[in-house]
Amino acid sequence: MSQLDDFKRETRTWLEAHCPSSMRTPMPEDERCWGGRRASFKNPDTQLWLTRMAERGWTVPTWPRACGGAGLSAEEARVLETEMSALGCRQPLFGFGISMLGPVLLKYGTEAQKQAFLPPIARGEIRWCQGYSEPGAGSDLANLQTRAEDRGDHFLVNGQKIWTSYAHLSDWIFCLVRTSTERKQGGISFLLLDMQTPGVETRPITLISGASVFCETFFTDVKVPKAQLVGQVNEGWTIAKELLQHERGMISRIGRAFGGAIPAVEVLAQRYLGDSAGRIQDPVLRDEVTRHAMNDRAFELTLQRAGEESAAGTANGGLSSFFKYYGTEQNKRKFELILKCAGTRALGWEGEEFSAEELAVCRTWLRSKGNSIEGGTSEIQLNVIAKRVLGLPD
Amino acid sequence: MLILDDTQTLLKASAADFLAARSPVKALRALRDAGAPEALDHALWEEIANLGWPGALIPESFGGSAIGYKGMGQILEESGRVLLASPLLASSVVATGLLLRAGSPTQQETWLPRLASGEVRAALALDETPRHAPDTCRTLASAGTDGYLLSGAKCFVPEGVGADLLLVVAALGPVAGLADPVPETGVFLVPAGTPGMDCRALRMVDSRNAATVQLNEVRLPATARLGEGKPVQEALSFALDAGRIGLAAEMLGSAEEAFQRTLRYLKLREQFGVPIGSFQALKHRAALLYCELELTRSAVLAALGALDSLPVEVPALASLAKAKACDLIGQVSSEAIQMHGGIGMTDAEEIGFFLKRARVAQQIYGDAGFHRARYAALMGY
Repeated sequence: MSQLDDFKRETRTWLEAHCPSSMRTPMPEDERCWGGRRASFKNPDTQLWLTRMAERGWTVPTWPRACGGAGLSAEEARVLETEMSALGCRQPLFGFGISMLGPVLLKYGTEAQKQAFLPPIARGEIRWCQGYSEPGAGSDLANLQTRAEDRGDHFLVNGQKIWTSYAHLSDWIFCLVRTSTERKQGGISFLLLDMQTPGVETRPITLISGASVFCETFFTDVKVPKAQLVGQVNEGWTIAKELLQHERGMISRIGRAFGGAIPAVEVLAQRYLGDSAGRIQDPVLRDEVTRHAMNDRAFELTLQRAGEESAAGTANGGLSSFFKYYGTEQNKRKFELILKCAGTRALGWEGEEFSAEELAVCRTWLRSKGNSIEGGTSEIQLNVIAKRVLGLPD
Repeated sequence: MLILDDTQTLLKASAADFLAARSPVKALRALRDAGAPEALDHALWEEIANLGWPGALIPESFGGSAIGYKGMGQILEESGRVLLASPLLASSVVATGLLLRAGSPTQQETWLPRLASGEVRAALALDETPRHAPDTCRTLASAGTDGYLLSGAKCFVPEGVGADLLLVVAALGPVAGLADPVPETGVFLVPAGTPGMDCRALRMVDSRNAATVQLNEVRLPATARLGEGKPVQEALSFALDAGRIGLAAEMLGSAEEAFQRTLRYLKLREQFGVPIGSFQALKHRAALLYCELELTRSAVLAALGALDSLPVEVPALASLAKAKACDLIGQVSSEAIQMHGGIGMTDAEEIGFFLKRARVAQQIYGDAGFHRARYAALMGY
């Protein structure tokens, strides 16, 4: 215990000495650091903070030191997280490399792959995107058709991916490809490839919110060295599913991570509908808002419980689909409720007649509709719960 | 902490074993069929007392087992699983909790050891309207020179039948000679058999013990007033919250069991040549219930923990836990009947007992709407 106290003290001291003051303020969306070859830093402190944290291994604190991490235990990592949040320190680095690919490479990658890929991920030098969905493979992901033919020393990749988030800004892609047509799941392999390889093309897709973070990605006769295959040929599905767990964990926290810029429903309800004492006047909306706020609280408590169960080794393992399902549905309900409370003020598309927050509410409301589709739809999560947790038959 | 320590885990497991063996759901059916309004198996209550459960909240100095709220919550959850008919919640949590926080030293010495041993069962007589409204009190206690005169009526007193002691909530009438017009609330310890008090059994749909109480000029000594003059409002509020949280734990157990029984049926029952649990329409509804179960479990554990060690959080977490438990069991019990199909409508099948208890438990100490309104008020919106 005292060792952990020492760690807590050292961590606090180091953070106070090394976290630039502008990195202790709430983070606007456009100062979020994704790293990569083409990284640009609107605020130079962002780069300084990334460098300092990466040197200490604290962009990925639980990874081994040899892979760019700090080798922290789960308890130490929690202390770090708590201390960072107590001081208001920003997360120094975001991205699919640290949140999704890294954990599966640690488990399935060869030593050479770990050496080659993990340290640059930890330092934020390479930005990764995810090549999973295809036009004909959404919820039925294993139906994917992008072919990787064995050409001796390399694979020749042909096909199309869709919903590749930030593909146009990414350096590398981790990709599911078909290496056999004999079995559906059993013919899928997990490949890593450089987006600058000849034959790779990306096209951004404009969403209903007006944003274009998703892309179509086309592969035409793309040569990928065999050393970039993770795991065995035709055994990529296991890795793919495990990676999805990490993705779901990330998306389920979306309300907390991205909703930060938009106040909680009850705060906005008070602003639009409250009397001088802050009491929401409309009784129906008051009940709805309260129900929502209470469910938020119960959800937070469940996240906390899952953390404690996992630290105590009593986790039931069924909660990741629950978090993905409930977190995203709750985020959608949040914005629908804000719309009800704010009326036409929340429905402005652009222009100076609306505040930045009002415009952000409208765009984020539209974007939130995708939360329960990406990373496995709500319907798929319910299927997973029914099968894996409840044991209901196929 | 939202997880159990080793002692609590052990307690929960042993409670589950004991109750499954000694009081499965068919025990409630037997009590119902026997028709005794007390709905209590006295031999079983003695065994429960020997396990120390009635004294769970009582310190060892008063003969209690000092298990604490979180531990008691595990017992209550398991009791909900088998629909145990007992005064554990009404007497050992609510009435005992009130005496613990507001009783004078003499009152505590008189009652707590006997409550701990299970020899005495107590009940709180509070509600005067069909829906829980703790601030509505027309029962009046008029102070005289040598005590109080109680008059009024209580329309729903859980575990009131056969209770040895009633804790009656009453508004304190204006004292002669004092011009203070604001009625204060008092709680009065009224032993069974006190002249003027008439306690009648209510035959409720859940086959559990409940009563109406008439109070006609019940004459009480000054020492019958809980706290003997000290304000009791805060203690009453805390004891009610403890009851809400304990009941939420019981409801969580019932919901969990009704859900498990429904899942078993979905896997067993075949139509169109396949188990009906293979149909996506049913799978998704089952998965939604699972989500609500997980949320409620977290809320209940947080609320139980607050009772033991974070009293400032108790009111909001009590309302959170009770509101979630009400909504949960409302959904689970209705879906359980629907998914059991025709068999769920029969008295022979036990699932109906869960539905019946669910609706009564939803009303006791405030339903979901009551607790959402209270939560909103506590939060300032």
